[in-house]
Amino acid sequence: MKIIVLLKRVPDTEAKILINSEGSGINEEGVKFIINTYDEYAIEEGLKLKENVGGDSTVTVVCMGPEESTEIIRTALAMGADNAIHICDAALDNPTPDMTATLLAKAIKNNGFDIIFCGKQGIDYDMAQTQAFLAEKLDIPQVNIISEFAISDDNKKAFLVRSIEGADEKVEADLPVIISCNKGLNEPRYASLPGIMKAKRKEIKKLTLTDLDSSGVPAEKDSTIIKWLSLPKSGECKIIEGEDFGEKVVELARLLREEAKVL
Amino acid sequence: MNYQLNEEEKMLQKTAADFANKSLAAVAVESNEKGEFQDDIYKQLGKLGFLGMTVPEKYGGVDFGNFCLALSIEQISRVCASTAVAISVHNSLTNWVILNFGSAETREKYLPLLASGEVLGAYALTESNAGSDIGAIQTSAVREGDNYILNGSKLFVSTGDKAGVVIVFARTDTENRKRGLSAFVVEPDFPGFSVGKPEKKMGLKASSTVELVFEDCVVPVANLLAEEGKGMLIALSALDGGRIGIASQALGIGQAALDEAVKFARGRVQFGRKIIDFQSTKWKIAEMATKLEASRLLVYNAARLRDSGDISTKHVSMAKLFATRAVNEIVYDSLQIHGGVGYTSEFLIERLFRDARALEIYEGTSEVQKLVISREVIKEYDRILPD
Ligand SMILES: Cc1cc2nc3c(=O)[nH]c(=O)nc-3n(C[C@H](O)[C@H](O)[C@H](O)COP(=O)(O)OP(=O)(O)OC[C@H]3O[C@@H](n4cnc5c(N)ncnc54)[C@H](O)[C@@H]3O)c2cc1C
Repeated sequence: MKIIVLLKRVPDTEAKILINSEGSGINEEGVKFIINTYDEYAIEEGLKLKENVGGDSTVTVVCMGPEESTEIIRTALAMGADNAIHICDAALDNPTPDMTATLLAKAIKNNGFDIIFCGKQGIDYDMAQTQAFLAEKLDIPQVNIISEFAISDDNKKAFLVRSIEGADEKVEADLPVIISCNKGLNEPRYASLPGIMKAKRKEIKKLTLTDLDSSGVPAEKDSTIIKWLSLPKSGECKIIEGEDFGEKVVELARLLREEAKVL
Repeated sequence: MNYQLNEEEKMLQKTAADFANKSLAAVAVESNEKGEFQDDIYKQLGKLGFLGMTVPEKYGGVDFGNFCLALSIEQISRVCASTAVAISVHNSLTNWVILNFGSAETREKYLPLLASGEVLGAYALTESNAGSDIGAIQTSAVREGDNYILNGSKLFVSTGDKAGVVIVFARTDTENRKRGLSAFVVEPDFPGFSVGKPEKKMGLKASSTVELVFEDCVVPVANLLAEEGKGMLIALSALDGGRIGIASQALGIGQAALDEAVKFARGRVQFGRKIIDFQSTKWKIAEMATKLEASRLLVYNAARLRDSGDISTKHVSMAKLFATRAVNEIVYDSLQIHGGVGYTSEFLIERLFRDARALEIYEGTSEVQKLVISREVIKEYDRILPD
């Protein structure tokens, strides 16, 4: 079985995000980048499926992103993925989900696939669109935000649970299928030391736009980020001190009228 | 600063940090409060490969070397220094001694068990009358046919009651103080082996420190390491590696103490100002961070030197002396920044403060490190200066 796992490099959840002075993006200085948190569940589920199905199953991680993404790709390989495809081209400038999915689809088709796991969304832009576009491009079903996964004995059907507000939804889908993973699906494993040793020798296939033939990639962005704005600073909380309740109310009314100017 | 870590070293550091922050952090507070040794944590560490870090692949290890071991111990110590004690002893004392002084048979028998974490290792050197002065060891080993018969007792053996393999130093020659010592691989189910009383320690409470008693303990001749009389050499050469481990513990505890100090000082308000805005706090932070950075450079350099095969005794002792002193100053200042709450077990600094204290004592006190360093330095001068 050919298992594909999608991987994205995103700023650390703990990083403080600051907008750069031109308002054209984030200030990356001192920001640590990590595997998109939800993608970790996707890797784990892919590895578990491989262990479960056995035979000559392979887990291939596919990542589109800057040169520096090698670091997270190696981590996925150290966790146990067999090989990787890295789509990396300097010409790629903040591609839209449509563009990303078109390129991913080409690479995945060339590689072959039976099932695709990804995170339910990137924790950077929070758009959760790439998997939907990708399902369209590959013409396969998609099941999103899953919290349980199982496969039929003949490996042809996936049994899934989606936790929705107040209920669980049970879904069956025919393979090939793309599945986006949610927290709670599993407990991602650590990259073990023997895994790290082995990862050194595993293949990362680098693909540029020319390698992939970019026909079909939308020439224009369907949406563009015009400007990044910092959040307004939340105001300081003022506590009115005093013993006399009446005086405090008078002071509150004064502040609301004269300082906050809301009365 | 990235300390020139390569991709693998970064990945290993990340695994150690992730493990510390998730799996270990989940149990660290409780096991330190209750003084419980976390068997399960060591099982997990074994599976991940952290218990065979200086053991070649053919014996089931991963052979990442001393530098990577230092990085791992540093990360683990940030969260639980007790856990790091066992990791350090296991890798750089027990495994290392068997790898370097065990016969082919001994290596094949014990290293795969140790490297996988199936059993833990301990190292029994200290006795009631032999601490810094290991030449005073009294535990005796007398050859009888195919066995040695051991009699005596060892104190302060870390992981002694949990270990499946203990390196025991005993006297095979009563005449020769220095060349009369020998080292043995002892299993707890050898007849005559028993565990004595546990120490009631000030800190490192989730690590276990016990007395071991040998009463006509029968050890097969095959379990003698190297040959009779090599005990002192084995003990001292292993400690070179062990001391890097202890110095790495200082880095982890120091980092945690600095982290805690800054976090606390940013939140605490007195006299209408955050205490981090007082110059006295800033100066403490500057001193703590600088001491930590200097320690890290010394420790990393010593570990890299040992990996490269260069003679590193002086550098290792310098790293241990400096880093373990520095961490005690760092925890002192961090606790001071915390004020009264820092003296309560509500705050992590209270545990860090207690744990740090042992570092200047075990695997050679600070005074012993100074003996080693001065001996090496003076020797260097003797070589170049006229008599
Ligand atoms: C938590 C913990 C874990 C331990 N784990 C182990 C273990 O796993 N295995 C093991 O074998 N041991 C272990 N030890 C023992 C430890 O290694 C010894 O405590 C240490 O070597 C010091 O020996 P001592 O306590 O007998 O002190 P002593 O040697 O009696 O020293 C007392 C004081 O005298 C000073 N001193 C001694 N000789 C000199 C000298 N020549 N010049 C100047 N000053 C000197 C020392 O520096 C020290 O300040 C552990 C100890 C602790 C606290």
